[in-house]
Amino acid sequence: MRKQKIVSHGILYFIAVLCLVVWMFPFYWILRTSFMEYRQIQAYPPAWFPSPFIVTNYTQGLQYFDFPRYYMNTIFVVGVCLMGTLFTSTLCSYAFSRLRWPGREKIFSLILTSMMLPTAVTLIPTFIGWTAVGGVNTYLPLTVPSWLGGGAFFIFLLRQFYLTIPREYDEAALVDGAGYFTIYWKIMLPMIKPALISVGMFCFVNNWNDFMNPLVYLSDDSKFTISLGLRSFMGMYNTEWGYMMAATATAVIPVLTVFLIGQKYIVEGVVMTGLKG
Amino acid sequence: MKTIQVFLKSKEARAGLLFALPAILGFAIFTLGPMIASAFFSLTEYNGVGSPDFIGFENYQVLFTTDPAFKNSLLVTLQYIVMSVPLNIVVSFLIAFLLSQNIRCRGFFRAAYYMPTIVPLVATSIVWKWLLDPQVGIANYLLRLLGLPVSRFLFDEATVLPSMAVMGIWQTGTTMLVFLAGFQGISRELYEAVEVDGGGALRKFRSITVPLMTPSIFFNLVIGLINGFQTFTQAYIITSGGPNNKSNFVILQLYKEAFTYGRMGRACAIAWIIFLIVVALTILNFRLSNKWVYYESGDRG
Repeated sequence: MRKQKIVSHGILYFIAVLCLVVWMFPFYWILRTSFMEYRQIQAYPPAWFPSPFIVTNYTQGLQYFDFPRYYMNTIFVVGVCLMGTLFTSTLCSYAFSRLRWPGREKIFSLILTSMMLPTAVTLIPTFIGWTAVGGVNTYLPLTVPSWLGGGAFFIFLLRQFYLTIPREYDEAALVDGAGYFTIYWKIMLPMIKPALISVGMFCFVNNWNDFMNPLVYLSDDSKFTISLGLRSFMGMYNTEWGYMMAATATAVIPVLTVFLIGQKYIVEGVVMTGLKG
Repeated sequence: MKTIQVFLKSKEARAGLLFALPAILGFAIFTLGPMIASAFFSLTEYNGVGSPDFIGFENYQVLFTTDPAFKNSLLVTLQYIVMSVPLNIVVSFLIAFLLSQNIRCRGFFRAAYYMPTIVPLVATSIVWKWLLDPQVGIANYLLRLLGLPVSRFLFDEATVLPSMAVMGIWQTGTTMLVFLAGFQGISRELYEAVEVDGGGALRKFRSITVPLMTPSIFFNLVIGLINGFQTFTQAYIITSGGPNNKSNFVILQLYKEAFTYGRMGRACAIAWIIFLIVVALTILNFRLSNKWVYYESGDRG
């Protein structure tokens, strides 16, 4: 019985590790290719390790991939979205969970329905609207929605957290003469810190990775975000796989770093809501 | 009306409405407003400048009769969903099941399997285009090594959608996490009860695990369907809808109508059709769920 258990456990780990190797393989292949010479990349059978190990794909290839600028643009967009989302989504979900006002439940469920809505459905009229107010080729279409609640997903996620806080906190603060904004700012926000980090992580990842909105709204090369920059680089160096992989690695590393630091919060956010934001 | 006025005199109600205002405005401006505008534009001919011309239901009529590209794009999207959604659910289910076992470093494995989901789709598309490259890609090399026939993957009409479905598995971390949470919610006592009855691992899996997981499976099915209809970036980046429009997803068709051909009205009609299909499928899903989803304590929901 004992022996059988050890064997079955061994098989379990073997399968888990094997799957993991397959899962991680694309990451390895990006790095491997990005440090390889053109000639070796084209060779058959493919080599598993770069030899010679070169960095010119990064130093030369990226001359035409203005990633410092794309980084700066993306960081700007992500930063503005983070501020807006963290502030307005926490404030709105506070109103939806802890304050009583007429129509609250109806409006909340209405807003929730927008989670089910494919974003492409509202794309064209939103674009027409931004064209009318002169917002095309600016960062406004990418950032303004974040300042208006940041989307139903975050409000839903945060509301779940707020609902776990006992009512006594609000009541005690009210007795002490605190206003509702003070309660939100001084008492509630510190208590939902883990959720705040989850929201921040999702917001960072979503905006860093967003492709469709930058594609639709940004036409000026100097305003491109990293995803859009990567796409246009791809258009120029279609088969220069060394350059392509170096550029891809450059685009992916920041978002993976954020994930590795805060993976616990991202995973918990997904588990709590079943969605990715 | 009067009761609302009385109610709004309370400080709490005023604060609540005020604090919720950004979300209400956001919903009105970026969801409800565009939905209504979209319905209006779908009844017009409009190229984005000047003023729209009202043409009634002509856009819808054209889409369903004389426009083969749209019908093809719907078909492509449905084919992709039929392949990718079950595939994602099965693979994620198995991985989550593996991780739900008594395994060490579960946190590490969980994070590692989720990691690809964080990668931007543009990057994913580029990487997989490279892995599946017909000439120098690693996939064909491995196939040859195993003595299997090689494939042109993303560049072949017959294999482009299956290739994209396989690509999709790499980024199903969210589905996997939902299953994992479901597995962890199953009480150990139920398994012990089967053991007492002399049931083996297979019996446990069939009579306890699968039935108790049906709510998670159902959830992932609904979300998978909605996400499947949103497929855009992979096709835009890798194939531009080719070869021979075999990966021309419906959102890509919408994008082309709007931004390549400048037919905003037609694009809005497509948007509404997608919306109605998604709503219909979701309702259908909920209806059918009574038949196979197990709800504990008789709760339906």
